[in-house]
Order: sequence, then structure tokens, then C-alpha cells
Amino acid sequence: MHPVEQRDEVEMLSLMLLIRRFEERASQQYQAQKIGGFCHLYIGQEAVVTGAVAAVRDDDYIITAYRDHAHALARGTSPDACMAELFGKETGCSRGLGGSMHFFDKQNHMYGGHAIVAAHIPLAVGLAFAIKYRGEDRVTLCFFGDGAINQGAFHEALNLAALYRLPIVFICENNLFAMGTSVQRSTSLRQIVDRAEGYDIPGEIVDGMNFREVRDKVAEMVDSIRKEPHPAFLEVRTYRYRGHSMSDPASYRTKQELEKYRLDDPITRLRAQLTREGKLTNEQFDLLDKRAKETVLAAVKFAEKSPQPPLDTLYDYTYANGAMEPGHHRPEEPAQKRREGAPSPNTD
Amino acid sequence: MREITYRQALNEALAEELERDPNVFLMGEEVAEYQGAYKVSHGLLERFGPRRIIDTPISENGFAGLGVGAAMVGLRPIIEFMTFSFSLVAFDQVVNNAPNMYTMSGGQFNIPITFRGPNGPAHQLGATHSHATENFYASVPGLKVCTPATPRDAKGLLKTAVRDNNPVLVLEAELLYSSKGMVEPPDEELLIPLGKAEVKREGSDVSIICYSQTVPLALNVAAQLEEEDISAEIVDLRSIKPLDEKAIFESVTKTHRVVIVEQDHPFCGVGAEVCYRIQKNIFDALDAPIIRVSQEDVPMPYNERLEKAVLPNADKLVAAVKQVCYA
Repeated sequence: MHPVEQRDEVEMLSLMLLIRRFEERASQQYQAQKIGGFCHLYIGQEAVVTGAVAAVRDDDYIITAYRDHAHALARGTSPDACMAELFGKETGCSRGLGGSMHFFDKQNHMYGGHAIVAAHIPLAVGLAFAIKYRGEDRVTLCFFGDGAINQGAFHEALNLAALYRLPIVFICENNLFAMGTSVQRSTSLRQIVDRAEGYDIPGEIVDGMNFREVRDKVAEMVDSIRKEPHPAFLEVRTYRYRGHSMSDPASYRTKQELEKYRLDDPITRLRAQLTREGKLTNEQFDLLDKRAKETVLAAVKFAEKSPQPPLDTLYDYTYANGAMEPGHHRPEEPAQKRREGAPSPNTD
Repeated sequence: MREITYRQALNEALAEELERDPNVFLMGEEVAEYQGAYKVSHGLLERFGPRRIIDTPISENGFAGLGVGAAMVGLRPIIEFMTFSFSLVAFDQVVNNAPNMYTMSGGQFNIPITFRGPNGPAHQLGATHSHATENFYASVPGLKVCTPATPRDAKGLLKTAVRDNNPVLVLEAELLYSSKGMVEPPDEELLIPLGKAEVKREGSDVSIICYSQTVPLALNVAAQLEEEDISAEIVDLRSIKPLDEKAIFESVTKTHRVVIVEQDHPFCGVGAEVCYRIQKNIFDALDAPIIRVSQEDVPMPYNERLEKAVLPNADKLVAAVKQVCYA
């Protein structure tokens, strides 16, 4: 059965609402200084990851950059674990060691959360390489922003993916700004998708404010890749309502521009489509939104009461199979204070 | 035991690990059809095929990152850098992605990857191709760094590196590839643990602590010193990280005098760390200040005479030994 038909659209709308409410609450908690470091919000871009994830199987690989909360939530990481990670707590999806920019969820095939612009694109190619090496029919979805496409790592990765014919969809979430620098000021091309052509990778553009358009295009690409592994490139035109990060007032763009995109809101749009088709009532929508808000509020409570990572685990996660320091452990010795439930390393 | 070259020893290690574990693959520039820029991977393409012996374009950042990604899902890549001078183009992958992943993911993703290739000055290659990278990679938590000096160590350490569940850098040396040494026969499993130094020659008057290219240098100097009635003990670190403090301390406790001869630069070099640990832990064992012999603190000149002047050599090492022995 085609995966596109498996995902209920009302459920996907509900996921978009969860992402939106999660990010709003994260913003509030950041301002209340419960969350440290950098924090990049996904508000406005919800249809991109939701649409893409709706088009793939649960065992396909996904990997993204630092604007990653939504990608974890879309993959099924619990809002509790996501919020706890922002709070730096032991119950976080990266045990409080990663933070906002480094969400990981092995179980749900979410391979991060990577904060050096474009540095994860070669990793994504490695995930796709492993798929082909093992003769599996999985696909890797690699998300990145428009700011990534002028880094060397991006170009090297695309060339390798094309050369080795690897099963990967490069999804450029073009929100028009790399931090404060607009695409026109950063990129020599008229349109980003043309970068793919330079590597003989088929590329397309979709409207990132339209859930269905993103889902259907990703599904089409993934379908073709599963038949015969190859890379594909999707430029998704989207917009972030907030600044680059929490510390950015976004003074480099006009209020009118923001308002124009707000009118094209991806949640409003899918809601209208479903309502028009008689698949959703206003009452049902309000209920979904209420649930999303409650879930996120519960996640904040969970994060607040979760414990800090214990100090005596400081050296537990530097080397798999035991710490080398302090106390000059031999590497073959297990760490002395390895706690119950600590993850075992990848040995397969 | 039989005598083989350092290059053959590495080749055997690669072949044995590829044979043993289907998750192991070798990737890098010219590793397959060209048979290796230094012929370390000679014959492997024919034996294991293009699925597992993979030529890359000149894209160090790209293929090093590919390896890290493949390791996230349990493959065990061996990534060859044609020289570690070129690993600097992939610095972000080696320093930011490979060692940080295990921590940043809260222990979900360890990276069982081996980065290998020649490291350190060779002969008249100029400043860009002569980097000794051991000190800066060893300073990164999450990485392990080893520096084999003999064919036996090269084989045993590389095999151990491939089986380690963490990123390990095997820093070989171009000038050692053709050197020969005794190694166990191929049917005998040879694994040398990371973090174990080896006394390559016993002595009683002074400990010369060395690794990689400075090991043959130190052994030659020790023979020369013997004629002058100075008995030098040669401690080959073999691994820079983890560092075998115990072996160092045992030797120094016996000889009370130390010269460290390293192939990197003096500022924040490997010897600085070794020196710190000795004075901190066994200060009373020392009868003289520790001396380090390293490269001069300049980019490597092309000119042969100047290059020789930059590198550690027998004259500098002998002078240092005599100084710590007050001879």
C-alpha cells in the first residue's frame, strides 16, 4: 500500500498544531530563562517536515540541521523528551547533553539535530550509503536550510550521492533567509533547485505552505528511489515567522512580507482544505488545538520536574565502552559508574 | 614470525578485518583501482570488490562525513586520507562530528570509524604536506590516536582500531612504509591494545620517550650512546591517546632522566603533555629537568638542508641526552 494513503490528514494537521504549540511554549520558556543556549523555532514551516514524514515509512532515515524540534516531534519523539532536552534534563531525547540544536532519537530513526551548517549533509549521504551497502529499500530524507547550499560540504555531498547513486532526498527548506542574509544576497543562482542540476540530480520546487503538495512530491520521489536508488532534490519554498533564533528580532525584513506569509499559513490552509471537504468541523479543530496545548503544557511540567543529569556521569558519554579519564581507565575497562539503563554502544 | 614491510603489515590488517566483518569497508582517494597512493591497499579491490573498496573524488570533507554517517547505523568504515595533511580539509568531520556524536546524542550514537593514512613530515614536501597532526587530534575528547612505528605495531594497532567502537585515528608514516620488521604469521591473530606503550629497548641511564618516526631515530641514537657508556631505554608510546602513563612512569622511576623526542611542533606538542604528567605524578623520581626534542616552530621549508634543520635528528637527540645526564 502506498504510504501516502496510510497517513490520516487530520492526524497530520494535529501534528502541525503540536509543533506550533510546542514552539510557542519553547519561546515562552526561553524568555523565562528555563532554556539556555541557542533556540531556533520552526513556526511557519510546519507543513514541510509534516508533509515529508507523511510520505515515508517509519524505518526510513531522517536527519536535519539545528532547527530540529519539529523533525523529532514529527518522527514520534515524545513532546516530554523534547521539552526536557530544551531544559537540559536527563529525561531529554539526548539526555540533556545535546540541547535545542542536537535532538537525536535512534529508535525513531531521527539522526539529529546538527548545528554546523551543511556539515550533516555528508552524514546523510553516509546513511544513504549504508542503505545501499546493505541492499535495503529504505530512503534517507536530508533536511537543510537555504543557508547550507553555499557550503563546500553541501557540494561534496551532492556529488558523492549522485556518483554512487544513493537513495536520498535532499530537502532544502528555503525560508528565504540564512540568518539575516536573504537568498538573493547569498546565492548566485536565480533558484536554489538549479544547484541539483549541476550534479545531474533531478530537482523540483514545491510550495512549502501546502502540506499536500509537499507530501505528494516527496512520495513521488521516494517511490522512484525505492524502485532504483538515486538522489533527488526538493526545494521547498517556506517562511519562518520568527527570527533566525530567539535573539533575532528579524529587522531585515518588512512587516508586510511577514503578514503576506501569515495569510498563507500552512495550518490554516490544511484546515480549510479539510473543512471544505467535510473531513473536519470547527469543533473538531478546536479540540485538536486544545489537546496540542495540553500536551505541550504537560511537557513543560514534565521537563520542570525531571532531574538534572548527575555530575558523576560526566565521563560516561565521551567514549563508548568506558571512559578514558579521569582515573586513567584503560580503554578496555568499563567505566566504573555506568548506570543502569545507560545505552549500550552500537556493536552490530 | 616472518619479516614483512610496514606497508604489507597494514595491507594484511585491512584484508583480515575486511574478511572478518562484512560491515567493514575501505574508502578514500585512489584506494581501489590505483591500489593506494602508497600501495597500502594493493590487491584489495580484486579480492573484495568495488562494493567494499571504494574510490572517492577529491572531497575529504564529503567522504569523511559519509563515513561518520555510515557509522551511525553500524557500519565500520575505514577512511583513508592520502595524507593527514589533507585531513585538515575534513577537520570539521573528524573533530566536530565523529567524536561529538556519542555525547551529543546522550549515548545513542557511537561512531566506530577508523581514519588512517600517513602523517608527519616525509621528505621535501613543503609546509602544506608535512603536518604532524597527532597533538591537535589528541586534544579532542572522543578521539583516540595511535602512531605505530613498526610493522608489527602497524598491523596490531590498525586491527584494534577497526574493532574499537569509537573514532580512532591510525597515524602511519610515509617514511616507514618500506621499513621491515618481524610480525606474527597471518594465521595468528595480532591485536595490540590502544593505550599500551612498549619498551623497544631496555636501558638504565635515561628514558627516551618517542613514537612513530622518532622510534627508529631513538633506537639508532641508543646504539650510538651505548658506545659512550650511556644506557638509554626506548619507550615507544604507540598510542598518544589513550596515553600509557604507567609505562612512562615505570621507565622514568628506573632511569630518573627523560628526553622526549616527538615529530610534532614544540608549542602544545605531545611532549608537553607527557612532561606535565611526569612532573605532576613522579616529581621526586627526576634527577634532571626533562628535555623535549621536536620540530622547530616554523612551517616546513622545502629546501633539504633547512628541512633537516627543522626535524629532530640524532645530533639534537644525543645533545639532549647528554644534557639530562650531565655528561
